[in-house]
Amino acid sequence: MRSVAETRVAQEPFGPGPAQEPFGPGPAQEPFGPEHEPETDWVELNMGPQHPSTHGVLRVRLKLDGERVRDADADVGYLHTGFEKSFEEKTYTQGITFSDRMDYLAPPINNVGFVMSVEKLIGVEVPARAQAIRVLMMELARIASHELWLGTAGLDLGVYSGFFYAWRDRELVLDLNESYSGVRMMTSFTRVGGVAWDLPEGWIEQLQRFIDVMPGRIDDFEAMLTDNPIWHQRLQGIGALSAQEAIKTGVTGPMLRASGVDYDVRKAFPYCGYEQYDFQVPLGVNGDCYDRYRVRVREMRESLKILQQVVDTLPTGPWITSDRKVALPPRSELSKSMESVIHHFRLVSEGFKGPVGDVYAFVESPRGELGFYLVSDGTNKPYRMKVRPPSFCNLQPLKKLVQGVLLADVIAIMGSMDFILGDVDR
Amino acid sequence: MLVERLGNRFTQALRESSDFRGDLSIVVDPNAVVEVARYLRDEEGFDYFLYATAVDWPARDPRFTVVWEVRSLANKTRIRIKTTAGMPEPHVPTMTDVWPAANWHERETWDLLGIKFDGHPDLRRLLMPPSWEGHPLRKDYVSFGEPVIFSDQKLEGLEPDAIRG
Repeated sequence: MRSVAETRVAQEPFGPGPAQEPFGPGPAQEPFGPEHEPETDWVELNMGPQHPSTHGVLRVRLKLDGERVRDADADVGYLHTGFEKSFEEKTYTQGITFSDRMDYLAPPINNVGFVMSVEKLIGVEVPARAQAIRVLMMELARIASHELWLGTAGLDLGVYSGFFYAWRDRELVLDLNESYSGVRMMTSFTRVGGVAWDLPEGWIEQLQRFIDVMPGRIDDFEAMLTDNPIWHQRLQGIGALSAQEAIKTGVTGPMLRASGVDYDVRKAFPYCGYEQYDFQVPLGVNGDCYDRYRVRVREMRESLKILQQVVDTLPTGPWITSDRKVALPPRSELSKSMESVIHHFRLVSEGFKGPVGDVYAFVESPRGELGFYLVSDGTNKPYRMKVRPPSFCNLQPLKKLVQGVLLADVIAIMGSMDFILGDVDR
Repeated sequence: MLVERLGNRFTQALRESSDFRGDLSIVVDPNAVVEVARYLRDEEGFDYFLYATAVDWPARDPRFTVVWEVRSLANKTRIRIKTTAGMPEPHVPTMTDVWPAANWHERETWDLLGIKFDGHPDLRRLLMPPSWEGHPLRKDYVSFGEPVIFSDQKLEGLEPDAIRG
């Protein structure tokens, strides 16, 4: 058996080999360059509908040239449940429970958006305490939704530990939801003219503990990701959208703001008393996936600021309007007043009627502008309810964003969009 | 005032305008709706597309009201552009040339309400499967259940079992 050294010796010594015989002109070279490349067949790849990074049931048909994506077509509708049709068959109060289930990661914001459209139609005043409770629930939902986004978008790119941190922190919000409404996710806590219940005893203290603990937890997250070179490489410069393109393609929410467009419904068209609270609208510069991450993390900090201000200035008083044509009378009145019993019966059996007309009410959901276009024909049910879902608008430019990127970057781009398929499909 | 400027410029096309609860709506002739939209985008700064949809009024003629709503991010104003489309083949011009973001919204409106958008680059069903029949958000579309024929009834030329199978 020969040793390694012998093998080496047996080889030809390095150096210029024997002089080549001069040849004549060789065979004609293959023409070289992109214009001469043969027409390759593109590979069509189905991503989804059960792909983990689609966060729901989304099918994307990708046309691949090697690892490069040439074209994409998003096939949505797998979670289409016909909520818009269902709204037409339920009274305004019954419709509240549908609104939760569209964007199932921020149900309180859907609740508020829906009742705001009804309140705008019938013109009812909402008491200050109800407004403040709505703001509390909405900002909690925003933090929970961004936490979940952070966890799952990180998971898609390999940040496993982040997922557990994010879900631990989101659990705190779900606990608060549960102790207020009895339900962890589908809160259905709004009523036309206010909210269904006052805050329970001890809830504000529980919320204060949450507000105190969260900044440190967000710091932990940022320490793990914000300056992480792998996180930078995966996100920076990927899926960039300029401000003009962002407006043109109609994206909304953090995607719009990451491109540097200063538009937040809470600032531009304050509702529920947002004008009283001092907070910033975080903006990005490049509009890439990394900026979307930064915008969302900073939004969580701003939400905490709003929560603290609401806790400090929480008004006392009624939490639902005293207009008996719209809101149920309190239990205590039912045994004393015949009129209250009649109102109660009418509201529960028939509901209230709205005037003829159409309104559009909109709120800032974690994903952007969530709008409800409500058409009333004067009955106790919406004649037509069109939802303007932010995820739908944010998913639309997917085709444009993924053209020319690597297949692995599609995961990063889809993650950065933060779409919820229940919201897209309704 | 925006409505006055529109009225002066599009004397024929602008049918009516309303301001209900602070929401400005205009009803425009379907032939002129793209022209009005271009004016709104270029001269009045309505740069941000919100949504497109339609409302089905079976008793009216024309039956459908098609709605687009747009916003001016700079002026913080909104306007709802409405037009009408009648049976049997309701169709209106597309807005995708003016606001590209209208693409999916108009596809959805075609899918759920059966309004054809003339000139739309990619008018396919969006939410329902391609093989779906009918347009679910129309008022005459039954949203749940399936036709049941009882043993004492007979549908035109069909035995009860044939329907079940």
